Amino acid sequence: MTAEAANHVPAVCDRASEPVIHPRWVRVTHWINALAMFVMIGSGWQIYDASPLFQSLYFPSQIALGGWLAGALLWHFAAMWLLVVNGVVYVTLGIMTGRFRRKLLPIRPHEVARDFVAALRGRLSHDDLSVYNAVQRLLYLGVILAGLVIVASGLSIWKPTQLKYLTAFFGGYDTARYVHFFAMSAIVAFLVIHIALALIVPKSLRAMIIGR
Amino acid sequence: MASLKKLPPGVDPRLLIKDAAKSLPQPSRRLFLRGAASLGALSMLTGCDIIDGPTAENALRVVSRFNDRIQALLFSETTLAPEYPESAITRPFPFNAYYSLEEAPDIDGETWQLEIGGLVDNKKPWRLAELNQLPEVSQITRLVCVEGWSAIGSWQGVRLSDFLKRIGADLTAKYVWFQCAEGYSNTIDMPTALHPQTIMALKFDHQTLPAAYGFPLKIRMPTKLGFKNPKYVTAMWVQNNDAGGYWENQGYNWFSGL
Repeated sequence: MTAEAANHVPAVCDRASEPVIHPRWVRVTHWINALAMFVMIGSGWQIYDASPLFQSLYFPSQIALGGWLAGALLWHFAAMWLLVVNGVVYVTLGIMTGRFRRKLLPIRPHEVARDFVAALRGRLSHDDLSVYNAVQRLLYLGVILAGLVIVASGLSIWKPTQLKYLTAFFGGYDTARYVHFFAMSAIVAFLVIHIALALIVPKSLRAMIIGR
Repeated sequence: MASLKKLPPGVDPRLLIKDAAKSLPQPSRRLFLRGAASLGALSMLTGCDIIDGPTAENALRVVSRFNDRIQALLFSETTLAPEYPESAITRPFPFNAYYSLEEAPDIDGETWQLEIGGLVDNKKPWRLAELNQLPEVSQITRLVCVEGWSAIGSWQGVRLSDFLKRIGADLTAKYVWFQCAEGYSNTIDMPTALHPQTIMALKFDHQTLPAAYGFPLKIRMPTKLGFKNPKYVTAMWVQNNDAGGYWENQGYNWFSGL
């Protein structure tokens, strides 16, 4: 919590006087999440291949994780703990510290449209990394929601009897598989944009590592 | 004994071969992707320098055993798997095994006996005709395969908990182990064995169980993944040691509850 306090007031440290953009808890949960997602998506692709939802789509095992179905399932149901425990810590702190409200809200449609056009023209500034533009807010909030959907739909596939009401909420077992797949697709699409932009604006990557 | 026979109606031979090939265990395949990515992930996951496959494999199996305990806690003896109307039954209902249907056991119902063993008072073997005289329960439930697909089927037979009481089984024992004609086996936890929807299925869709679905006896438990539902069962033992199972021993999660 002290790190978050440092986020409100520009931090005055011995070695650096730049304000902290990402408090430590954000950075730690971010990179744990990156690892968990890497394992979950890689193993999820291998699991998908055992019974593809779409005839023409399958994931070559060179880019998947686990080697075969049983291996992928072991990875998936191990990394699930990392993903969920870390995710709960992140969302709880995000709400309790007010970071989500401060950084991600409000999201106004006309601002999203304006910033989206500006982004396409290459005129969207990343000068102040501590302030998210409207497109960033929408994407970051969106990926958090996709994270909730992928965990909930995953639980409903894993436990369609013990959690049968959750499974029913997603339209039944077979439909929940599609929900789980499309939530993965949304997250992967986000990652493509997110990683590309982090590489284009390297100081944003630095901020997520050292905080400023 | 396996023998060549005609496919029962509703079994698609192409699907059958595809499924069989997919499930075929390959001794050469390893649980892990060999490569920098997995090694990197591995060293981070385990938080130590050991990055060789077998060590990580063991670590993942430890987590899998932990997941067994979590699933046992999640399991409720009163929570029922959803049941469906007749119209929801998947037709044709898929045949699925690690062998083709031609290789499936062809059992003579006249000579077949269910062997009973372990912590049971009455170890008299049961003949099919005797089992057929016991009170019948019916269910239309979803079979969920570990591969991800599912199919809704209709099974009739004897409630396993009733049968265990009838033969004087020690219901405080931890496990029930099933042996099958083709060499398949698996072990289930006693709470699942006593679940009201766990049945000794003798019929599929009110007809004598076809060879494809496990004639003469399949243990049907809608609270577990399909591979935990043994077919062509020849022996049942009540015991306190976990005897593992065909797929479980190769790395599939032991509890595999739904």
